[in-house]
Amino acid sequence: MKQTIVLDLSKLPPHGLGTASLTWWGTLAFMLIEGTGFALAIAVYLYLMSLAPQWPLHAPAPDLLAGTVLTLLLIASLFPNILVARWAKAQDLRKVRIGLIVMSLLGIAPLIVRVFEFPAMHLNWDQNAYGSIVWVMLGLHTTHILTDLIDTLVLTALMFSRHGDNPRRYGDISDNAMYWNFVVATWLPMYICLYWVPRL
Amino acid sequence: MTPLDNVADLRDTDLNDVELDRRLASTWATPKGVWGALSTVDHKIIGRRYIITAFVFLALGGILSLAMRLQLAQPEARFIGPDRYNQIFTMHGTNMMFLFAVPVMEAMAVYLVPLMVGTRNIAFPRLNAFSYWMYLAGGLLLWIAFAIDTGPDVGWFADVPLSGPQYAAGKRADIWAQMITFTEVSALAVAVELVVTVFKQRAPGMSLDQIPLFVWSMLVTSFLIIMAMPAIMIASTALILDRLVGTQFFNPAEGGDVLLWQHLFWFFGHPEVYIIFLPAVGMVSTIVATFTRRPVFGYLGMVMALIATGILAFGLWVHHMFVAGLPRLGESFFTASSMAIAIPSGLQIFCWLATIWAGRPVFKTPFLFVIGFMVIFVIGGMTGVMVASVPFDTQVHDTYFVVAHFHYVLVGGAVFPLLGAIYYWFPKITGRMMNETIGRWAFGLIFTGFNLTFFPMHILGLQGMPRRIYTYQPEMPWSGLNMFVSLSAVILAAGFLLFFIDAIRSALSGPVAPANPWCASTLEWATSSPPPAYNFSRMPVVGSLEPLVDNSGALPVASGLFVDRRELVVTSVVGALPEARESSPGDSIWPLWSALATTVLLIWSIFTPWAVVWGSVPLAIALTGWFWPKGTKEDDA
Amino acid sequence: MRMSPIIWMSTIAIISGCTGNQSAINPKGAPAIHIAHLMSGIVAVCTLVWLLVMVMLVWALLRKRSDAGEQARERGLTTTVSAAVGATAVIIAGMTIASFYTTRDIGIPGEAALTITVRGQQWWWQVIYADPDPALTFQTANEIHIPVGRDVHVQLESTDVVHSFWVPSLAGKQDLVPGRTNSLLLRAERPGIYRGQCAEFCGLQHTHMAMMVIAEDPESFERWAVAQRGNSVNPGKPDAVAGQVAFIAKPCAACHTVRGTPAMGTTGPDLTHVGSRKTIAAGLLETTRGSLAAWIADPQTLKPGNNMPMVPLTSVELKNISAYMESLK
Ligand code: HEA
Ligand code: HEA
Ligand code: HEC
Ligand code: CUA
Ligand SMILES: [Cu+2]
Repeated sequence: MKQTIVLDLSKLPPHGLGTASLTWWGTLAFMLIEGTGFALAIAVYLYLMSLAPQWPLHAPAPDLLAGTVLTLLLIASLFPNILVARWAKAQDLRKVRIGLIVMSLLGIAPLIVRVFEFPAMHLNWDQNAYGSIVWVMLGLHTTHILTDLIDTLVLTALMFSRHGDNPRRYGDISDNAMYWNFVVATWLPMYICLYWVPRL
Repeated sequence: MTPLDNVADLRDTDLNDVELDRRLASTWATPKGVWGALSTVDHKIIGRRYIITAFVFLALGGILSLAMRLQLAQPEARFIGPDRYNQIFTMHGTNMMFLFAVPVMEAMAVYLVPLMVGTRNIAFPRLNAFSYWMYLAGGLLLWIAFAIDTGPDVGWFADVPLSGPQYAAGKRADIWAQMITFTEVSALAVAVELVVTVFKQRAPGMSLDQIPLFVWSMLVTSFLIIMAMPAIMIASTALILDRLVGTQFFNPAEGGDVLLWQHLFWFFGHPEVYIIFLPAVGMVSTIVATFTRRPVFGYLGMVMALIATGILAFGLWVHHMFVAGLPRLGESFFTASSMAIAIPSGLQIFCWLATIWAGRPVFKTPFLFVIGFMVIFVIGGMTGVMVASVPFDTQVHDTYFVVAHFHYVLVGGAVFPLLGAIYYWFPKITGRMMNETIGRWAFGLIFTGFNLTFFPMHILGLQGMPRRIYTYQPEMPWSGLNMFVSLSAVILAAGFLLFFIDAIRSALSGPVAPANPWCASTLEWATSSPPPAYNFSRMPVVGSLEPLVDNSGALPVASGLFVDRRELVVTSVVGALPEARESSPGDSIWPLWSALATTVLLIWSIFTPWAVVWGSVPLAIALTGWFWPKGTKEDDA
Repeated sequence: MRMSPIIWMSTIAIISGCTGNQSAINPKGAPAIHIAHLMSGIVAVCTLVWLLVMVMLVWALLRKRSDAGEQARERGLTTTVSAAVGATAVIIAGMTIASFYTTRDIGIPGEAALTITVRGQQWWWQVIYADPDPALTFQTANEIHIPVGRDVHVQLESTDVVHSFWVPSLAGKQDLVPGRTNSLLLRAERPGIYRGQCAEFCGLQHTHMAMMVIAEDPESFERWAVAQRGNSVNPGKPDAVAGQVAFIAKPCAACHTVRGTPAMGTTGPDLTHVGSRKTIAAGLLETTRGSLAAWIADPQTLKPGNNMPMVPLTSVELKNISAYMESLK
């Protein structure tokens, strides 16, 4: 087909940031998928609860300590996380490097606390359906912490490599930070469901 | 080497058309050879692969159905024993739903959507490559298992406890559940790509009200996938856990629940059928517009109907459980919501009728399939409304009446439009035309064969014939009709065979197709047939719903993109105003490695939970390799 | 010993139709009649709508087109399409309301003349006529007797996987779900034998999981119930006596109960009055001495995968046991 040029795009930036970035939208879409998954897991929990004669099934309510510490830890991690996102936006390589190291540590810490959450449930996954769903919910969320941690570690390594100082990397860092916010945000309803609903 | 090769930041503005095409080709083309084939990220090559694979699965699933029809033709036939029969109908249903119907619709979109919105590649092309490999691996897993007599035998919705640890020994049910994981991962990946492509990569100017209806339907479908598939992921994971590590999700003795499975499955399963149907709606709209020579009547209504169907789809799942013993009052709500689907569906039917009425129909093969669709789908929709009534359903649930219903909507509602779509887009995809005469014969045979095969099933169902039985006693009054059905299936199969022959023959030696053989109005027809690796030499600019009709002289385009890196335009979600030039990733072998690593992990985990731990190491390595920058021009900003 | 295939093949061939009536469109029970009315109404309306759509389609495709005035006529389309959508809404509202009322009519009434528990097992039906007085409680299998013209409340349970209880001539179906108890109203308006079949896929022999509902006048029903409650009759003929001895000595007794004998197994159907039942093995074969022998000799060929193993017997034992089984009226 014949063409007539009606528009000049040469002045556009060579890479989109924020809502102009494809990965930003991709991350959002994956968050929607996983958010639906979390919501369904909570729905399964409540469904099983509605059928059970007593809840928790053959177990005392979970101990609060580990879960609460983890929750506080996650909430605390939001502040450096937001700072990293801001530094990434400013493309400040030095600060971003420091921030990423901090965030890597803040990814490892909840994993350590998580180890104590499983026994705090007072029963195993194969004892009854209550045990199954709480283990799966904890497991599901742990996988998310773990994947985001690995992502953060790889990004940290990248930022110390020659590929680091590049707008595209900074975009990746803010997407990663957004994803961490999501990991924290999904934990809050899970925390309430796992630790407080049985005490109602 | 021309002098220009050394110039950094070479733009399309600086080049004449011939030179532009040459340079774009060298930037975008997939290298020849095996390595190129394995590492390509071109949405057209992957889309074509996807389509062909899906049609192979259609043929295989069809052959299974013929085996069932052979066994059912006479009472107490002994061609196939109960064990094999159960594997066969499970394979037929699973294969048709998960390996044919859903993937083929996504495959068409992988090929067409980037072209229809006027961009150069799908968003996240490497994810796209990964998705295809995952799909292929899932399909191979299922079929190899079937070949070695460990095919799943618990039905395509694998109800517990029959599929649970107690009643399904061996690995058959695990293979079913893991095949689900493969296809869900690949379907979700494509859904994300499509959403982002439609949101962010539309041609400058293509505002929301100028998006072609097929693209709209794929957008809604993608959201359905995103919201529905997690339910089956949770369900199949819980099933595997019950089977492998002894969780108790579905064991009533330990606080689990059998109906939990059904709720989760159908919360996915009902949207699933619209995931299959809505793309077909988009195809019908496209074909109707082209072959009546006018835009579809009621564009806004059509879009609203798609969205309404998508939303309602999540409020219907209980109609698959009307006899499971849920509270009657609750069930009545689901009768109302199920019937309410007739409103958006009716609106669509009426709008197409109005389009045809007001247009000038051209009776080419694609349009014939659309007419066949109208006749058959409305019957299927009517029987859908019938089974939506609780008391009605208590008589026909799990009988051949329901088998008839869903083949009317699946084959009539999705396969007919799909075949029409193949005839329609074949010239674009292959650069050759299919044969009009053979097309008419194929249509005639399939239409006649289909109705003769499936209409009598309604009667069989009312006469009390349950589904999923491998034989029946001669005293039952079903033999005559079953024989009739089986014979008619031969006509149907002959029609499909003719279609396959025509497609293969035409791809090899059909007449060469022009860029726009049907005088259609959407952007994919603005480029050559088949399109070059870069789709459009300059990015099209859109100002109407029918860009090719309203600009019959020359296509308005934009300039200013780099030609020495893969580059496309990112535009805003609502108005499609240009926001950035963006690079599009180059070919990479890492998606294949990642898919292989995932495959190893998933299959291994059928046998031991530790596979998840050890198998994730190679996977993490492959994913890191995938995302680690390679210092190419596309990596820079 | 195995009976030669020819013998049992011919046995099957001899068995005449004992299929009763298994059809949703030939209803003989109140719930099924209600549903059939609703069904014919809905089918009629839907057929009409389909015909209308087809007429419109043919007209739209084939109508003569003139260039003049088309523009104006197109404007009328909006009105037509809106009217059609409105009509759709009205029609489905009507059908929803009709379904709702039918659902109410076929619901479980407060009082029923009789309550029966049916327990689905892979792949046969355990039928329990419970009575507040345990002495009056009895069990049978694959055959349900009900009094004509009375509301019968069927409680549905499952011991293994999901099954579905469906006797189309009498009522719609209802699933038997492990861990739950469902219920269904049966009511036969006319005496007769109504065949039903498991409608939910339940594994290898889902195909052969039928049952007979025999509706008879209340007096015959009472007579039948009294007979069923009683212990098994003592075999009279010598071969049957020998059969009883063999039955108790062989593994049979580990799985089957014959009340009044030491046989107390509960894995398989209660055989106390098996000879009085129309069919054996969940509708597979009509009960005759030949079919009993064929079944006992090789249940796995007749109904592959079912839960009764082939018990090795000599031909004499087989003959005697079959005679015994047949005598259990
Ligand atoms: C493409 C797939 C597809 C589509 C589009 C549909 C469409 C519909 N389906 Fe179907 N369905 C399946 C695929 C599909 N179905 C499958 C696979 C199963 C079985 C799964 C299994 O058990 O294996 C199933 C099973 C199924 C059941 C469960 C039956 C049972 O197991 O007992 C029900 C119950 O409500 C149902 C209802 C409907 C309804 C109300 C629609 C509606 O969307 C139909 C709406 C359309 C129309 C009504 C026609 C057009 C409208 C007009 C012309 C307007 C005028 C109309 C009126 C006035 C009524 N379907
Ligand atoms: C899109 C989905 C789809 C499609 C297209 C079909 C197509 C067909 N189906 Fe299928 N069917 C299902 C989805 C589908 N089905 C599902 C979900 C179930 C439920 C499963 C369950 O209960 O779990 C089912 C169940 C089902 C049953 C019930 C089985 C039972 O309950 O026991 C039957 C019985 O007749 C049947 C028949 C057919 C037939 C005759 C076709 C025909 O239309 C097929 C026609 C096609 C061909 C015959 C292929 C022709 C090809 C060739 C001849 C080869 C050419 C080769 C090359 C060139 C390589 N199907
Ligand atoms: C391991 C358990 C087991 C043993 C041992 C066993 N049976 Fe059975 N039997 C069953 C089961 C289970 C069924 C139901 C099969 C079906 O219909 O699917 C059955 C069914 C029957 C029936 C048909 C009952 C009916 O009402 O349909 C007869 C008769 C019978 N068995 C007789 C015998 C005899 C005689 C023996 C010994 C030679 C025997 N069984 C040994 C488990 C057993
Ligand atoms: Cu029991 Cu099917
Ligand atoms: Cu549905």
